[in-house]
Amino acid sequence: MQRMKATELRAQIEDFTAAYVECLDTDHLEEWPDFFTERCIYKVIPYENAALGMPIPLIYGDSRGMLRDRVVAHRNANFFAPHLYRHLVGRVRIVGEESGVISARANYAVFRTTLDPSDYGRSELFSVGVYQDKIVFENGQPRFLEKIVVVDTSQIPTLLVTPL
Amino acid sequence: MSGLTEIQGAQRNGHRTIDPTRVPYRVFTDPELYAREQEQLFRGPTWNYLALEAELAKPGDFRANFIGETPVFVTRDAKGELHALVNRCAHRGAMVCREVRGNRKNMVCPYHQWSYDLNGTLRGVPFRRGINGKGGYPADFNLAEHSLTPLRLATYRGLVFGSFSDSVAPLPEYLGPAMREHLDTIFNRPITVLGFTRQLIHGNWKVYAENNKDPYHGSLLHMFHATFGSYRSSQDGGMVVNGAHSKMIALRAEETQEVSAYTQESVGSFSKTLKLADPSLLASRPEFDRFTTTIQFLFPTLVVQQISNTLATRQIVTLGLDRFELLVTYFGYQDDDAELREMRIKQANLIGPAGLISLEDGYAVELVQRSVSYDKRATSFIELGGRGTGDQDSLVTETAIRAFWKAYGELMGLQWGDAADESYGTARAD
Repeated sequence: MQRMKATELRAQIEDFTAAYVECLDTDHLEEWPDFFTERCIYKVIPYENAALGMPIPLIYGDSRGMLRDRVVAHRNANFFAPHLYRHLVGRVRIVGEESGVISARANYAVFRTTLDPSDYGRSELFSVGVYQDKIVFENGQPRFLEKIVVVDTSQIPTLLVTPL
Repeated sequence: MSGLTEIQGAQRNGHRTIDPTRVPYRVFTDPELYAREQEQLFRGPTWNYLALEAELAKPGDFRANFIGETPVFVTRDAKGELHALVNRCAHRGAMVCREVRGNRKNMVCPYHQWSYDLNGTLRGVPFRRGINGKGGYPADFNLAEHSLTPLRLATYRGLVFGSFSDSVAPLPEYLGPAMREHLDTIFNRPITVLGFTRQLIHGNWKVYAENNKDPYHGSLLHMFHATFGSYRSSQDGGMVVNGAHSKMIALRAEETQEVSAYTQESVGSFSKTLKLADPSLLASRPEFDRFTTTIQFLFPTLVVQQISNTLATRQIVTLGLDRFELLVTYFGYQDDDAELREMRIKQANLIGPAGLISLEDGYAVELVQRSVSYDKRATSFIELGGRGTGDQDSLVTETAIRAFWKAYGELMGLQWGDAADESYGTARAD
Protein backbone atom coordinates (compact mmCIF):
# COMPACT_ATOMS: atom_id res chain seq x y z
CA MET A 1 0.00 0.00 0.00
CA GLN A 2 1.16 3.50 -0.75
CA ARG A 3 1.62 5.70 2.27
CA MET A 4 -1.13 8.20 1.48
CA LYS A 5 -3.56 5.53 0.48
CA ALA A 6 -2.97 3.58 3.68
CA THR A 7 -3.60 6.66 5.79
CA GLU A 8 -6.76 7.45 3.91
CA LEU A 9 -7.98 3.87 4.14
CA ARG A 10 -7.39 3.77 7.85
CA ALA A 11 -9.32 6.99 8.31
CA GLN A 12 -12.23 5.50 6.38
CA ILE A 13 -12.20 2.29 8.42
CA GLU A 14 -11.99 4.26 11.65
CA ASP A 15 -14.95 6.42 10.64
CA PHE A 16 -16.86 3.30 9.72
CA THR A 17 -16.09 1.68 13.08
CA ALA A 18 -17.13 4.85 14.91
CA ALA A 19 -20.39 4.98 12.96
CA TYR A 20 -21.02 1.30 13.79
CA VAL A 21 -20.71 1.73 17.54
CA GLU A 22 -22.66 5.00 17.45
CA CYS A 23 -25.51 3.13 15.79
CA LEU A 24 -25.58 0.67 18.71
CA ASP A 25 -25.03 3.28 21.41
CA THR A 26 -27.86 5.47 20.12
CA ASP A 27 -30.26 2.56 19.76
CA HIS A 28 -30.59 2.81 15.99
CA LEU A 29 -30.68 -0.98 15.85
CA GLU A 30 -32.78 -1.09 12.71
CA GLU A 31 -29.79 0.39 10.84
CA TRP A 32 -27.32 -2.06 12.35
CA PRO A 33 -27.73 -4.85 9.75
CA ASP A 34 -26.88 -2.36 6.99
CA PHE A 35 -23.31 -2.22 8.26
CA PHE A 36 -22.99 -5.77 6.92
CA THR A 37 -22.97 -7.29 3.45
CA GLU A 38 -25.99 -9.35 2.45
CA ARG A 39 -24.07 -12.58 3.04
CA CYS A 40 -21.91 -11.96 6.06
CA ILE A 41 -20.69 -13.39 9.34
CA TYR A 42 -21.45 -11.70 12.62
CA LYS A 43 -20.21 -13.80 15.46
CA VAL A 44 -19.89 -12.98 19.15
CA ILE A 45 -17.85 -15.70 20.79
CA PRO A 46 -16.54 -16.02 24.34
CA TYR A 47 -12.77 -15.86 24.68
CA GLU A 48 -13.02 -19.23 26.42
CA ASN A 49 -14.31 -20.96 23.29
CA ALA A 50 -12.08 -19.04 20.89
CA ALA A 51 -9.05 -20.05 22.96
CA LEU A 52 -10.13 -23.69 22.98
CA GLY A 53 -10.92 -23.70 19.26
CA MET A 54 -14.54 -24.53 20.06
CA PRO A 55 -17.30 -23.19 17.83
CA ILE A 56 -20.17 -22.28 20.16
CA PRO A 57 -21.06 -18.59 19.78
CA LEU A 58 -23.13 -16.29 21.94
CA ILE A 59 -24.61 -14.70 18.82
CA TYR A 60 -24.14 -15.90 15.28
CA GLY A 61 -25.61 -14.67 12.03
CA ASP A 62 -24.58 -15.56 8.50
CA SER A 63 -26.90 -13.22 6.64
CA ARG A 64 -28.15 -9.68 6.98
CA GLY A 65 -31.60 -11.24 7.37
CA MET A 66 -30.54 -13.09 10.52
CA LEU A 67 -29.29 -9.84 11.97
CA ARG A 68 -32.60 -8.18 11.12
CA ASP A 69 -34.42 -11.03 12.87
CA ARG A 70 -32.38 -10.37 15.99
CA VAL A 71 -33.41 -6.73 15.92
CA VAL A 72 -37.07 -7.65 15.44
CA ALA A 73 -36.78 -10.05 18.40
CA HIS A 74 -35.07 -7.35 20.44
CA ARG A 75 -37.91 -4.93 19.75
CA ASN A 76 -40.87 -7.32 19.92
CA ALA A 77 -40.08 -10.55 21.69
CA ASN A 78 -37.23 -10.30 24.16
CA PHE A 79 -37.67 -9.07 27.69
CA PHE A 80 -34.82 -7.37 29.53
CA ALA A 81 -33.88 -4.36 31.59
CA PRO A 82 -33.78 -1.21 29.46
CA HIS A 83 -30.20 -0.06 29.17
CA LEU A 84 -27.69 2.10 27.33
CA TYR A 85 -24.41 1.00 25.83
CA ARG A 86 -21.30 3.13 25.45
CA HIS A 87 -18.63 1.59 23.30
CA LEU A 88 -15.06 2.77 23.62
CA VAL A 89 -13.05 1.49 20.70
CA GLY A 90 -9.27 1.58 20.66
CA ARG A 91 -7.19 2.42 17.65
CA VAL A 92 -8.17 0.43 14.60
CA ARG A 93 -5.26 -1.45 13.11
CA ILE A 94 -5.42 -2.67 9.54
CA VAL A 95 -3.66 -6.01 9.52
CA GLY A 96 -4.00 -6.96 5.88
CA GLU A 97 -5.70 -6.50 2.55
CA GLU A 98 -6.32 -9.23 0.03
CA SER A 99 -8.51 -9.10 -3.06
CA GLY A 100 -10.32 -6.04 -1.77
CA VAL A 101 -10.99 -7.56 1.65
CA ILE A 102 -9.48 -5.47 4.42
CA SER A 103 -8.71 -7.15 7.72
CA ALA A 104 -8.77 -4.90 10.74
CA ARG A 105 -8.64 -5.26 14.51
CA ALA A 106 -9.59 -3.04 17.38
CA ASN A 107 -10.06 -3.48 21.10
CA TYR A 108 -13.41 -2.46 22.51
CA ALA A 109 -14.97 -1.89 25.90
CA VAL A 110 -18.69 -1.53 26.47
CA PHE A 111 -20.15 0.14 29.53
CA ARG A 112 -23.76 -0.73 30.20
CA THR A 113 -26.00 1.69 32.06
CA THR A 114 -29.18 0.22 33.46
CA LEU A 115 -32.42 2.17 33.12
CA ASP A 116 -34.86 0.01 35.03
CA PRO A 117 -36.32 1.24 38.33
CA SER A 118 -34.15 -0.75 40.70
CA ASP A 119 -30.84 0.26 39.15
CA TYR A 120 -31.57 3.43 37.23
CA GLY A 121 -28.38 5.08 36.11
CA ARG A 122 -26.00 2.40 37.37
CA SER A 123 -23.13 1.84 34.95
CA GLU A 124 -20.85 -1.14 34.80
CA LEU A 125 -18.13 -2.46 32.60
CA PHE A 126 -20.25 -4.90 30.65
CA SER A 127 -17.92 -6.34 28.08
CA VAL A 128 -14.35 -6.04 26.91
CA GLY A 129 -12.78 -7.77 23.97
CA VAL A 130 -11.57 -7.42 20.42
CA TYR A 131 -13.19 -6.83 17.04
CA GLN A 132 -11.71 -8.96 14.28
CA ASP A 133 -13.19 -7.54 11.11
CA LYS A 134 -13.14 -8.20 7.38
CA ILE A 135 -14.37 -5.18 5.47
CA VAL A 136 -15.21 -4.71 1.80
CA PHE A 137 -16.30 -1.65 -0.14
CA GLU A 138 -19.63 -1.84 -1.94
CA ASN A 139 -20.16 1.19 -4.21
CA GLY A 140 -17.68 3.10 -2.12
CA GLN A 141 -19.44 2.15 1.12
CA PRO A 142 -17.51 0.03 3.60
CA ARG A 143 -19.38 -2.97 5.00
CA PHE A 144 -18.52 -5.88 7.25
CA LEU A 145 -18.10 -9.08 5.31
CA GLU A 146 -17.23 -10.58 8.67
CA LYS A 147 -17.21 -9.27 12.19
CA ILE A 148 -15.97 -11.58 14.91
CA VAL A 149 -16.31 -10.20 18.41
CA VAL A 150 -14.11 -12.14 20.81
CA VAL A 151 -15.45 -11.38 24.27
CA ASP A 152 -12.85 -11.52 27.04
CA THR A 153 -15.71 -11.05 29.51
CA SER A 154 -16.79 -14.65 29.06
CA GLN A 155 -18.95 -14.36 32.17
CA ILE A 156 -21.84 -12.30 30.80
CA PRO A 157 -23.46 -10.07 33.43
CA THR A 158 -27.17 -11.04 33.43
CA LEU A 159 -27.73 -11.21 29.67
CA LEU A 160 -26.57 -10.05 26.27
CA VAL A 161 -29.34 -8.80 24.01
CA THR A 162 -28.02 -5.68 22.31
CA PRO A 163 -25.27 -6.47 19.80
CA LEU A 164 -21.65 -5.56 20.52
CA MET B 1 -30.62 -16.68 67.44
CA SER B 2 -32.14 -15.39 64.26
CA GLY B 3 -32.92 -17.58 61.32
CA LEU B 4 -34.24 -21.07 61.07
CA THR B 5 -33.53 -23.70 63.64
CA GLU B 6 -33.43 -27.43 63.39
CA ILE B 7 -36.39 -29.68 63.27
CA GLN B 8 -35.11 -31.70 66.21
CA GLY B 9 -36.47 -30.55 69.51
CA ALA B 10 -39.77 -29.02 70.36
CA GLN B 11 -42.68 -29.56 68.09
CA ARG B 12 -44.62 -26.41 67.38
CA ASN B 13 -48.01 -25.69 65.94
CA GLY B 14 -48.31 -29.09 64.30
CA HIS B 15 -46.87 -27.95 60.93
CA ARG B 16 -43.23 -28.71 61.06
CA THR B 17 -42.62 -29.12 57.38
CA ILE B 18 -42.64 -26.51 54.70
CA ASP B 19 -45.93 -25.87 52.94
CA PRO B 20 -44.75 -26.22 49.35
CA THR B 21 -47.56 -24.01 48.06
CA ARG B 22 -46.48 -21.12 50.31
CA VAL B 23 -42.74 -20.72 50.36
CA PRO B 24 -41.44 -17.82 52.44
CA TYR B 25 -39.27 -15.51 50.38
CA ARG B 26 -36.65 -15.53 53.04
CA VAL B 27 -35.40 -18.79 51.53
CA PHE B 28 -33.83 -16.45 48.97
CA THR B 29 -32.53 -13.83 51.37
CA ASP B 30 -31.47 -15.47 54.65
CA PRO B 31 -27.66 -15.59 55.00
CA GLU B 32 -27.87 -18.27 57.71
CA LEU B 33 -29.87 -20.48 55.44
CA TYR B 34 -27.31 -19.98 52.68
CA ALA B 35 -24.45 -20.93 55.00
CA ARG B 36 -26.42 -23.98 56.06
CA GLU B 37 -26.96 -25.01 52.45
CA GLN B 38 -23.24 -25.00 51.88
CA GLU B 39 -22.78 -27.51 54.71
CA GLN B 40 -25.92 -29.62 54.72
CA LEU B 41 -26.78 -29.61 51.10
CA PHE B 42 -23.73 -29.10 48.88
CA ARG B 43 -21.39 -30.84 51.32
CA GLY B 44 -24.20 -33.12 52.46
CA PRO B 45 -25.90 -36.20 50.97
CA THR B 46 -26.08 -34.96 47.38
CA TRP B 47 -24.32 -35.78 44.13
CA ASN B 48 -22.95 -32.63 42.52
CA TYR B 49 -22.20 -32.34 38.83
CA LEU B 50 -18.52 -31.74 38.12
CA ALA B 51 -17.82 -32.28 34.43
CA LEU B 52 -18.50 -34.34 31.37
CA GLU B 53 -16.16 -37.27 30.93
CA ALA B 54 -15.64 -35.99 27.39
CA GLU B 55 -13.76 -33.06 28.96
CA LEU B 56 -11.42 -35.54 30.65
CA ALA B 57 -10.73 -37.87 27.78
CA LYS B 58 -6.97 -38.38 28.19
CA PRO B 59 -4.75 -39.33 31.13
CA GLY B 60 -3.56 -36.11 32.76
CA ASP B 61 -6.67 -34.14 31.84
CA PHE B 62 -8.13 -32.10 34.66
CA ARG B 63 -10.98 -29.69 35.19
CA ALA B 64 -11.49 -27.25 38.05
CA ASN B 65 -14.98 -26.64 39.37
CA PHE B 66 -16.96 -25.90 42.51
CA ILE B 67 -19.39 -27.74 44.76
CA GLY B 68 -21.30 -24.94 46.35
CA GLU B 69 -18.49 -22.53 47.10
CA THR B 70 -15.91 -25.25 47.77
CA PRO B 71 -13.28 -25.36 45.02
CA VAL B 72 -12.71 -28.85 43.69
CA PHE B 73 -11.10 -30.41 40.67
CA VAL B 74 -11.42 -33.62 38.72
CA THR B 75 -8.53 -35.48 37.16
CA ARG B 76 -7.93 -38.50 35.01
CA ASP B 77 -4.77 -40.20 36.22
CA ALA B 78 -2.18 -42.12 34.23
CA LYS B 79 -4.16 -45.33 34.68
CA GLY B 80 -7.25 -43.65 33.28
CA GLU B 81 -9.09 -43.44 36.58
CA LEU B 82 -11.07 -40.36 37.54
CA HIS B 83 -10.57 -38.58 40.86
CA ALA B 84 -12.37 -35.68 42.50
CA LEU B 85 -10.36 -33.67 45.01
CA VAL B 86 -10.80 -30.58 47.11
CA ASN B 87 -8.71 -27.87 45.48
CA ARG B 88 -6.81 -26.91 48.60
CA CYS B 89 -3.26 -27.72 49.50
CA ALA B 90 -2.90 -29.97 52.56
CA HIS B 91 -0.14 -27.68 53.80
CA ARG B 92 -1.51 -24.16 54.30
CA GLY B 93 -4.63 -24.04 52.19
CA ALA B 94 -3.61 -22.52 48.86
CA MET B 95 -5.50 -23.43 45.71
CA VAL B 96 -3.50 -26.12 44.00
CA CYS B 97 -5.16 -26.37 40.58
CA ARG B 98 -5.10 -22.87 39.10
CA GLU B 99 -6.36 -23.48 35.58
CA VAL B 100 -9.92 -24.16 34.57
CA ARG B 101 -8.81 -27.11 32.49
CA GLY B 102 -5.67 -28.61 31.09
CA ASN B 103 -3.38 -31.62 31.10
CA ARG B 104 -0.63 -32.25 33.64
CA LYS B 105 1.36 -35.14 35.05
CA ASN B 106 0.99 -33.87 38.60
CA MET B 107 -0.30 -30.90 40.55
CA VAL B 108 2.15 -28.61 42.27
CA CYS B 109 0.96 -26.04 44.78
CA PRO B 110 2.54 -22.73 43.77
CA TYR B 111 2.92 -21.49 47.34
CA HIS B 112 5.56 -23.96 48.60
CA GLN B 113 5.70 -26.44 45.73
CA TRP B 114 4.11 -29.34 47.48
CA SER B 115 3.66 -31.86 44.70
CA TYR B 116 0.69 -34.19 44.32
CA ASP B 117 -0.17 -37.08 42.05
CA LEU B 118 -3.37 -36.75 40.07
CA ASN B 119 -5.08 -39.00 42.61
CA GLY B 120 -4.24 -36.46 45.32
CA THR B 121 -1.37 -38.36 46.97
CA LEU B 122 1.38 -36.10 48.25
CA ARG B 123 4.63 -37.07 46.49
CA GLY B 124 7.13 -34.56 47.69
CA VAL B 125 7.77 -31.40 49.68
CA PRO B 126 10.80 -29.12 49.29
CA PHE B 127 13.38 -28.95 52.06
CA ARG B 128 11.82 -31.84 53.89
CA ARG B 129 15.08 -32.48 55.79
CA GLY B 130 15.91 -28.79 56.02
CA ILE B 131 19.24 -27.38 54.85
CA ASN B 132 22.53 -28.54 56.32
CA GLY B 133 20.70 -30.40 59.05
CA LYS B 134 18.78 -27.32 60.13
CA GLY B 135 15.07 -26.81 59.82
CA GLY B 136 12.81 -29.12 57.82
CA TYR B 137 10.04 -31.34 59.01
CA PRO B 138 10.10 -33.52 62.15
CA ALA B 139 11.34 -37.07 61.71
CA ASP B 140 7.82 -38.49 61.98
CA PHE B 141 6.52 -36.40 59.08
CA ASN B 142 4.66 -38.80 56.80
CA LEU B 143 3.83 -37.80 53.24
CA ALA B 144 0.98 -40.31 53.17
CA GLU B 145 -0.87 -38.37 55.86
CA HIS B 146 -1.06 -35.19 53.82
CA SER B 147 -2.92 -36.00 50.66
CA LEU B 148 -5.49 -33.72 49.08
CA THR B 149 -8.98 -34.30 50.44
CA PRO B 150 -10.73 -36.77 48.15
CA LEU B 151 -14.41 -36.70 47.30
CA ARG B 152 -16.56 -39.62 46.34
CA LEU B 153 -16.84 -39.72 42.58
CA ALA B 154 -19.38 -41.46 40.40
CA THR B 155 -20.26 -41.27 36.75
CA TYR B 156 -23.44 -41.96 34.89
CA ARG B 157 -23.50 -42.01 31.09
CA GLY B 158 -20.44 -39.80 30.93
CA LEU B 159 -21.61 -37.26 33.51
CA VAL B 160 -19.19 -36.91 36.41
CA PHE B 161 -20.53 -36.23 39.90
CA GLY B 162 -18.84 -35.74 43.24
CA SER B 163 -20.03 -35.95 46.81
CA PHE B 164 -18.67 -35.08 50.24
CA SER B 165 -21.07 -37.54 51.82
CA ASP B 166 -20.35 -41.11 52.85
CA SER B 167 -24.03 -41.78 53.34
CA VAL B 168 -25.50 -40.53 50.06
CA ALA B 169 -27.18 -43.26 48.03
CA PRO B 170 -25.23 -44.68 45.08
CA LEU B 171 -25.60 -42.34 42.09
CA PRO B 172 -28.03 -44.50 40.04
CA GLU B 173 -30.32 -44.82 43.04
CA TYR B 174 -29.95 -41.12 43.86
CA LEU B 175 -31.09 -40.24 40.33
CA GLY B 176 -33.89 -42.78 40.22
CA PRO B 177 -35.22 -44.70 37.19
CA ALA B 178 -37.16 -41.87 35.56
CA MET B 179 -34.20 -39.48 35.63
CA ARG B 180 -31.81 -42.20 34.49
CA GLU B 181 -34.06 -43.04 31.58
CA HIS B 182 -33.73 -39.51 30.28
CA LEU B 183 -29.95 -39.45 30.65
CA ASP B 184 -29.91 -42.79 28.80
CA THR B 185 -31.73 -41.06 25.94
CA ILE B 186 -29.64 -37.89 25.75
CA PHE B 187 -26.28 -39.56 26.42
CA ASN B 188 -26.96 -42.51 24.17
CA ARG B 189 -23.63 -42.37 22.33
CA PRO B 190 -20.23 -40.63 22.55
CA ILE B 191 -20.48 -36.87 22.72
CA THR B 192 -18.16 -34.08 21.75
CA VAL B 193 -18.00 -30.77 23.65
CA LEU B 194 -18.69 -27.76 21.43
CA GLY B 195 -18.11 -24.92 23.86
CA PHE B 196 -19.13 -23.06 26.99
CA THR B 197 -21.01 -19.97 28.02
CA ARG B 198 -21.10 -18.33 31.42
CA GLN B 199 -23.65 -15.99 32.86
CA LEU B 200 -23.48 -14.04 36.11
CA ILE B 201 -26.94 -13.74 37.58
CA HIS B 202 -27.68 -11.57 40.60
CA GLY B 203 -30.11 -13.80 42.40
CA ASN B 204 -30.31 -16.72 44.78
CA TRP B 205 -29.58 -20.02 43.08
CA LYS B 206 -32.95 -21.46 44.10
CA VAL B 207 -34.83 -18.83 42.12
CA TYR B 208 -33.16 -20.34 39.09
CA ALA B 209 -33.92 -23.87 40.30
CA GLU B 210 -37.60 -22.88 40.39
CA ASN B 211 -37.28 -21.43 36.89
CA ASN B 212 -36.18 -24.80 35.56
CA LYS B 213 -39.13 -26.54 37.17
CA ASP B 214 -41.60 -24.05 35.81
CA PRO B 215 -43.07 -24.90 32.40
CA TYR B 216 -45.70 -22.18 32.94
CA HIS B 217 -43.29 -19.36 32.10
CA GLY B 218 -41.80 -21.09 29.10
CA SER B 219 -43.96 -19.59 26.40
CA LEU B 220 -45.12 -16.56 28.39
CA LEU B 221 -41.81 -15.02 29.39
CA HIS B 222 -39.97 -16.24 26.30
CA MET B 223 -41.98 -14.75 23.43
CA PHE B 224 -39.64 -15.41 20.54
CA HIS B 225 -41.48 -18.39 19.08
CA ALA B 226 -44.86 -16.78 19.59
CA THR B 227 -43.71 -13.54 17.98
CA PHE B 228 -42.45 -15.27 14.88
CA GLY B 229 -45.24 -17.81 14.72
CA SER B 230 -42.67 -20.58 14.92
CA TYR B 231 -44.14 -22.14 18.00
CA ARG B 232 -44.79 -25.77 17.25
CA SER B 233 -45.55 -27.08 20.66
CA SER B 234 -49.18 -27.11 21.61
CA GLN B 235 -48.18 -27.23 25.25
CA ASP B 236 -48.46 -31.00 25.05
CA GLY B 237 -46.14 -32.67 27.47
CA GLY B 238 -45.71 -33.11 31.15
CA MET B 239 -43.64 -33.08 34.26
CA VAL B 240 -41.96 -36.10 35.78
CA VAL B 241 -40.95 -35.61 39.38
CA ASN B 242 -38.63 -37.47 41.70
CA GLY B 243 -38.25 -35.40 44.84
CA ALA B 244 -36.05 -32.42 44.05
CA HIS B 245 -35.22 -33.88 40.63
CA SER B 246 -37.56 -33.29 37.74
CA LYS B 247 -37.89 -33.35 34.01
CA MET B 248 -40.08 -31.32 31.75
CA ILE B 249 -40.99 -32.81 28.42
CA ALA B 250 -42.59 -30.74 25.68
CA LEU B 251 -43.90 -32.68 22.71
CA ARG B 252 -43.94 -31.62 19.10
CA ALA B 253 -47.45 -30.70 18.08
CA GLU B 254 -49.18 -32.54 15.30
CA GLU B 255 -49.55 -30.31 12.28
CA THR B 256 -53.24 -29.91 12.97
CA GLN B 257 -52.64 -28.64 16.47
CA GLU B 258 -50.66 -25.58 15.59
CA VAL B 259 -53.16 -23.11 16.84
CA SER B 260 -52.25 -22.93 20.45
CA ALA B 261 -53.88 -21.61 23.52
CA TYR B 262 -52.26 -18.22 22.91
CA THR B 263 -54.49 -17.23 20.06
CA GLN B 264 -57.56 -18.12 22.00
CA GLU B 265 -56.45 -16.19 25.03
CA SER B 266 -54.70 -13.37 23.15
CA VAL B 267 -51.63 -13.57 25.32
CA GLY B 268 -48.95 -10.97 24.67
CA SER B 269 -47.96 -10.15 21.16
CA PHE B 270 -49.08 -13.34 19.51
CA SER B 271 -51.69 -11.53 17.44
CA LYS B 272 -49.15 -9.72 15.28
CA THR B 273 -47.17 -12.58 13.91
CA LEU B 274 -43.92 -11.55 12.26
CA LYS B 275 -41.89 -13.60 9.84
CA LEU B 276 -38.25 -14.52 10.13
CA ALA B 277 -36.20 -12.95 7.33
CA ASP B 278 -33.82 -15.91 7.54
CA PRO B 279 -35.57 -19.06 8.79
CA SER B 280 -32.31 -21.02 8.59
CA LEU B 281 -31.98 -20.01 12.24
CA LEU B 282 -34.56 -22.64 13.12
CA ALA B 283 -33.42 -25.36 10.72
CA SER B 284 -33.51 -28.52 12.78
CA ARG B 285 -33.59 -32.27 12.58
CA PRO B 286 -35.80 -34.47 14.78
CA GLU B 287 -33.61 -36.47 17.12
CA PHE B 288 -35.64 -37.59 20.09
CA ASP B 289 -38.95 -38.96 18.94
CA ARG B 290 -41.58 -36.29 19.58
CA PHE B 291 -39.61 -34.34 22.17
CA THR B 292 -38.99 -30.74 21.15
CA THR B 293 -37.77 -29.66 24.52
CA THR B 294 -36.66 -31.51 27.60
CA ILE B 295 -35.38 -29.74 30.68
CA GLN B 296 -34.11 -32.07 33.35
CA PHE B 297 -33.14 -30.74 36.74
CA LEU B 298 -30.89 -32.97 38.81
CA PHE B 299 -30.68 -31.66 42.33
CA PRO B 300 -28.90 -29.69 43.47
CA THR B 301 -27.18 -27.86 40.64
CA LEU B 302 -27.46 -29.56 37.25
CA VAL B 303 -29.80 -28.95 34.36
CA VAL B 304 -29.62 -31.18 31.29
CA GLN B 305 -31.29 -29.40 28.43
CA GLN B 306 -32.37 -30.48 24.98
CA ILE B 307 -34.07 -27.75 23.02
CA SER B 308 -34.50 -28.77 19.41
CA ASN B 309 -30.92 -29.75 18.44
CA THR B 310 -29.18 -27.85 21.21
CA LEU B 311 -27.78 -30.14 23.86
CA ALA B 312 -26.20 -28.79 27.00
CA THR B 313 -25.56 -29.19 30.66
CA ARG B 314 -26.12 -26.11 32.76
CA GLN B 315 -24.43 -25.97 36.13
CA ILE B 316 -25.42 -23.56 38.87
CA VAL B 317 -22.35 -22.34 40.73
CA THR B 318 -23.24 -20.48 43.92
CA LEU B 319 -21.23 -17.30 44.46
CA GLY B 320 -23.04 -16.02 47.51
CA LEU B 321 -26.56 -15.54 48.81
CA ASP B 322 -27.67 -13.42 45.87
CA ARG B 323 -25.26 -14.34 43.08
CA PHE B 324 -24.58 -17.39 40.99
CA GLU B 325 -22.86 -18.31 37.78
CA LEU B 326 -24.62 -20.39 35.20
CA LEU B 327 -22.04 -22.44 33.35
CA VAL B 328 -23.41 -23.99 30.18
CA THR B 329 -21.51 -26.78 28.43
CA TYR B 330 -22.72 -27.38 24.86
CA PHE B 331 -22.24 -30.69 23.16
CA GLY B 332 -23.11 -32.74 20.12
CA TYR B 333 -22.38 -36.34 19.20
CA GLN B 334 -19.13 -37.59 17.82
CA ASP B 335 -20.95 -38.99 14.82
CA ASP B 336 -22.76 -35.74 13.93
CA ASP B 337 -22.54 -34.98 10.23
CA ALA B 338 -21.45 -31.49 9.16
CA GLU B 339 -25.01 -30.31 8.62
CA LEU B 340 -26.21 -31.36 12.07
CA ARG B 341 -23.14 -29.84 13.70
CA GLU B 342 -23.87 -26.57 11.89
CA MET B 343 -27.49 -26.70 13.10
CA ARG B 344 -26.35 -27.10 16.69
CA ILE B 345 -24.02 -24.11 16.33
CA LYS B 346 -26.65 -21.92 14.68
CA GLN B 347 -29.31 -22.91 17.20
CA ALA B 348 -26.93 -21.79 19.95
CA ASN B 349 -28.46 -18.39 19.07
CA LEU B 350 -31.58 -19.57 20.86
CA ILE B 351 -30.07 -20.47 24.23
CA GLY B 352 -27.50 -19.21 26.70
CA PRO B 353 -26.90 -15.65 27.94
CA ALA B 354 -27.77 -14.15 24.53
CA GLY B 355 -30.33 -16.78 23.62
CA LEU B 356 -33.38 -15.57 21.73
CA ILE B 357 -35.61 -17.93 23.71
CA SER B 358 -33.68 -17.95 26.98
CA LEU B 359 -32.02 -14.64 27.75
CA GLU B 360 -35.04 -13.49 29.74
CA ASP B 361 -34.37 -16.03 32.50
CA GLY B 362 -31.41 -14.10 33.88
CA TYR B 363 -33.51 -10.98 34.15
CA ALA B 364 -36.51 -12.83 35.61
CA VAL B 365 -34.36 -14.24 38.42
CA GLU B 366 -33.09 -10.75 39.20
CA LEU B 367 -36.61 -9.33 39.19
CA VAL B 368 -37.60 -11.87 41.85
CA GLN B 369 -34.51 -11.31 43.95
CA ARG B 370 -34.97 -7.54 43.93
CA SER B 371 -38.57 -7.58 44.97
CA VAL B 372 -38.34 -10.22 47.70
CA SER B 373 -35.28 -8.74 49.35
CA TYR B 374 -37.23 -6.62 51.79
CA ASP B 375 -40.45 -8.37 52.75
CA LYS B 376 -39.02 -11.60 54.04
CA ARG B 377 -42.24 -12.80 55.58
CA ALA B 378 -44.20 -12.79 52.37
CA THR B 379 -44.61 -16.08 50.58
CA SER B 380 -44.98 -17.15 46.99
CA PHE B 381 -48.17 -18.79 45.74
CA ILE B 382 -47.51 -22.13 44.09
CA GLU B 383 -50.82 -23.84 43.32
CA LEU B 384 -50.78 -24.15 39.54
CA GLY B 385 -51.85 -27.69 38.75
CA GLY B 386 -53.12 -28.20 42.28
CA ARG B 387 -51.27 -28.72 45.52
CA GLY B 388 -49.68 -32.11 44.88
CA THR B 389 -46.10 -33.01 44.16
CA GLY B 390 -46.46 -35.93 41.76
CA ASP B 391 -46.06 -36.38 38.01
CA GLN B 392 -48.50 -34.49 35.80
CA ASP B 393 -49.26 -34.90 32.11
CA SER B 394 -49.62 -31.17 31.71
CA LEU B 395 -47.27 -28.25 31.34
CA VAL B 396 -49.64 -25.90 33.11
CA THR B 397 -48.43 -26.96 36.50
CA GLU B 398 -46.01 -26.08 39.27
CA THR B 399 -45.87 -29.60 40.67
CA ALA B 400 -42.09 -29.86 40.30
CA ILE B 401 -41.57 -26.60 42.16
CA ARG B 402 -43.66 -27.89 45.07
CA ALA B 403 -41.76 -31.18 45.05
CA PHE B 404 -38.49 -29.25 45.09
CA TRP B 405 -39.42 -27.25 48.17
CA LYS B 406 -40.72 -30.31 49.94
CA ALA B 407 -37.49 -32.20 49.35
CA TYR B 408 -35.39 -29.14 50.11
CA GLY B 409 -37.18 -28.62 53.42
CA GLU B 410 -36.59 -32.23 54.41
CA LEU B 411 -32.95 -32.26 53.43
CA MET B 412 -32.24 -29.01 55.24
CA GLY B 413 -33.94 -30.34 58.36
CA LEU B 414 -35.70 -27.09 59.14
CA GLN B 415 -38.66 -26.24 61.27
CA TRP B 416 -40.80 -23.94 59.20
CA GLY B 417 -43.67 -23.33 61.59
CA ASP B 418 -47.34 -23.06 60.77
CA ALA B 419 -48.14 -21.66 57.37
CA ALA B 420 -51.06 -19.80 58.91
CA ASP B 421 -48.75 -18.12 61.38
CA GLU B 422 -47.41 -14.81 60.16
CA SER B 423 -43.97 -15.70 61.44
CA TYR B 424 -43.92 -18.75 59.15
CA GLY B 425 -40.42 -19.40 58.00
CA THR B 426 -38.91 -16.85 60.33
CA ALA B 427 -37.00 -17.12 63.59
CA ARG B 428 -37.68 -19.98 65.95
CA ALA B 429 -35.90 -20.01 69.25
CA ASP B 430 -37.91 -22.61 71.10
